[in-house]
Amino acid sequence: MAANVKAADFLVYDEETGSYRMDPEQAVRDDVERHYWKHVGLMIVKDWRLYVMLIPMILVFLFWRYFPMYELLGCFKVADEVKPVSEQYFAGFSYFKRLLVSGDGLSAEFWRAFRNTFLLSFYGLLFGFPAPIILALFFNEVRSNIMRSVYQVLTYLPKFMSTVVMTSLTTLLVKQGSLISGMGIVSRALVAIGAISQETGMAGLLNQPQFFRAIYQITGIWEGAGYGSIVFFAAIIAISPTSYEAAQIDGAGKMAQMRYVVLPSILSTIVIMLITHIGGLLSIGYEKVLLLYNTDTYVTADVVSTFAQRYGILGANKGLASASEMINNVVGMLLVIGANTIARKASNTSLY
Amino acid sequence: MKRKLEISELIFKIISYMILTVFALACLYPFVYAVSAAISSRHAVEYAQVILFPKGVQFDAFARMFNNNMFWNSYSNTLFLTFYGTIWEMLLSILGAYALSKKRLLFRKGFNFFLVFTMWFAAGIVPQYLNYLATKRIFNGIGITDDKWLVVLAMGMAAMNIILLRNAFEGVPSEIEEAAIVDGATEFQVLTKVYVPMCKSTVATVALFFGISRWNGYFWARQMISDSNEHPLQVFIRLRLEEFTDPDQMTGWNETYASDSVIYALIVCSIVPILVIYPFIQKYFAKGTNEGGVKE
Repeated sequence: MAANVKAADFLVYDEETGSYRMDPEQAVRDDVERHYWKHVGLMIVKDWRLYVMLIPMILVFLFWRYFPMYELLGCFKVADEVKPVSEQYFAGFSYFKRLLVSGDGLSAEFWRAFRNTFLLSFYGLLFGFPAPIILALFFNEVRSNIMRSVYQVLTYLPKFMSTVVMTSLTTLLVKQGSLISGMGIVSRALVAIGAISQETGMAGLLNQPQFFRAIYQITGIWEGAGYGSIVFFAAIIAISPTSYEAAQIDGAGKMAQMRYVVLPSILSTIVIMLITHIGGLLSIGYEKVLLLYNTDTYVTADVVSTFAQRYGILGANKGLASASEMINNVVGMLLVIGANTIARKASNTSLY
Repeated sequence: MKRKLEISELIFKIISYMILTVFALACLYPFVYAVSAAISSRHAVEYAQVILFPKGVQFDAFARMFNNNMFWNSYSNTLFLTFYGTIWEMLLSILGAYALSKKRLLFRKGFNFFLVFTMWFAAGIVPQYLNYLATKRIFNGIGITDDKWLVVLAMGMAAMNIILLRNAFEGVPSEIEEAAIVDGATEFQVLTKVYVPMCKSTVATVALFFGISRWNGYFWARQMISDSNEHPLQVFIRLRLEEFTDPDQMTGWNETYASDSVIYALIVCSIVPILVIYPFIQKYFAKGTNEGGVKE
């Protein structure tokens, strides 16, 4: 019977002649279905150049992005310098237990790092994320092209400086005072306007945990706001002038225009950027933290990556360090998927 | 007819100009200060008399760096890493992005996922470090003992940049490709003679991103390059900063310039090449980022 049903698929009714005839496309589709791998092979042979072009990229990603994921499985193994991960002894969830629930000093240190990671990212979302949007709104007010280019060139500039240059400048500008030299120029300015006391300035802002988060966010905005505004500015200038005119005729002031014209037009861009941002929530720039923090500021500055770096690279506790990064990665990935799902449900915009 | 600005619009405009001016100056100030502090006298720097313009001009801090062989070494190492690193990354990215942009590529979704997944889930620095150690052993085994080549081949390759390129290539009309093939162009010629010139601004932008991240690379260069003669500039700057902000080492400092001036001089030297290239390429990247921007 099955063969008959199959045969019937080939036949289409031809209204002109009033009879059934073979459908050639269906015959091809059917052949593809029966000899799937043969057709795959034929297509690959036909376009073999494309696949050859892909190979180097695939290999690089395999070697330096996917093999580390395999190394990450070391978090379930007893670390061993000589043996590869596959031959190490199984340690089960012991590292995870140690980090998450054991309640000893190490566990407290991990939770502190986890909390700091989350807080640094969360404040980044709160202050760092809106900054480029606001900047883009301001750029839109500048009608003169030359003036706008000047503003843009200047505000994009810090993005192209290295983390080392940026952190070195920060370190020197807020550095501590001593017998032979005064405090950094920014500390001095803050003392002059009364934001911090003389003693605080002399002690060096980077040596005091309560300032670390503020310094991290301010340098983050300084570095990224201008460059981040490119995407939003592109969305804003794409809005047709007639939309503004219509709103103005209806008597909308500046705030009403923002609310009813600009915001809806750039909402999808904002959602996409927000998802990308949330995706990076727990993978915050370890390089910057590593270059700015010191033993005095671990309380607020130590994040999971730097925790892992201290134990896994400087120290020899590789299994433990991998476990801490595994927790970080899994939570981070859940955040991306969660944000994406919510965005899709709420506004029909999603990134992946 | 020119409409009169409403009062709320006028206020917003004034606020915009004010905040933009303040922010733009704040972006510029640290660099201006760095230049001034690098060429000011010791007393002026240490007692914060330098605010905008240099005071008591000296060039000894620069001279100290220029007379240091390690500095020139690190500079040439950075040039090496940037040059070969960017070429390597551009080569792989353009080839890969071209293949991914073709609708006729089988398992296209799978290959894309292979890339995008690395943006969601990065193994982290410790597994990556262990992986580099393993790679280093293999490299040493086949006779490459120069750590710089390891850094060139193994670092970088951001999935985001490949996706930027892929989206730009997807925007090229397929008729143009067909016309080129009818004229007898091979696949490779289509890529180099049609696609790359047509997506010039995205290609330039991505090259800039790769180049800048190579020039600025620090962490892995410091972890992976053991010989201090092979350190790039960023590592050199950081090591000097660690040395010069250590109060114990600085008590014996009796030069005519402040120890900070040396760091400022180094910073100035490291950003000058970027500042030189920046105006030429700046016009491309706003266009390039948006052209290839996120579409899915």
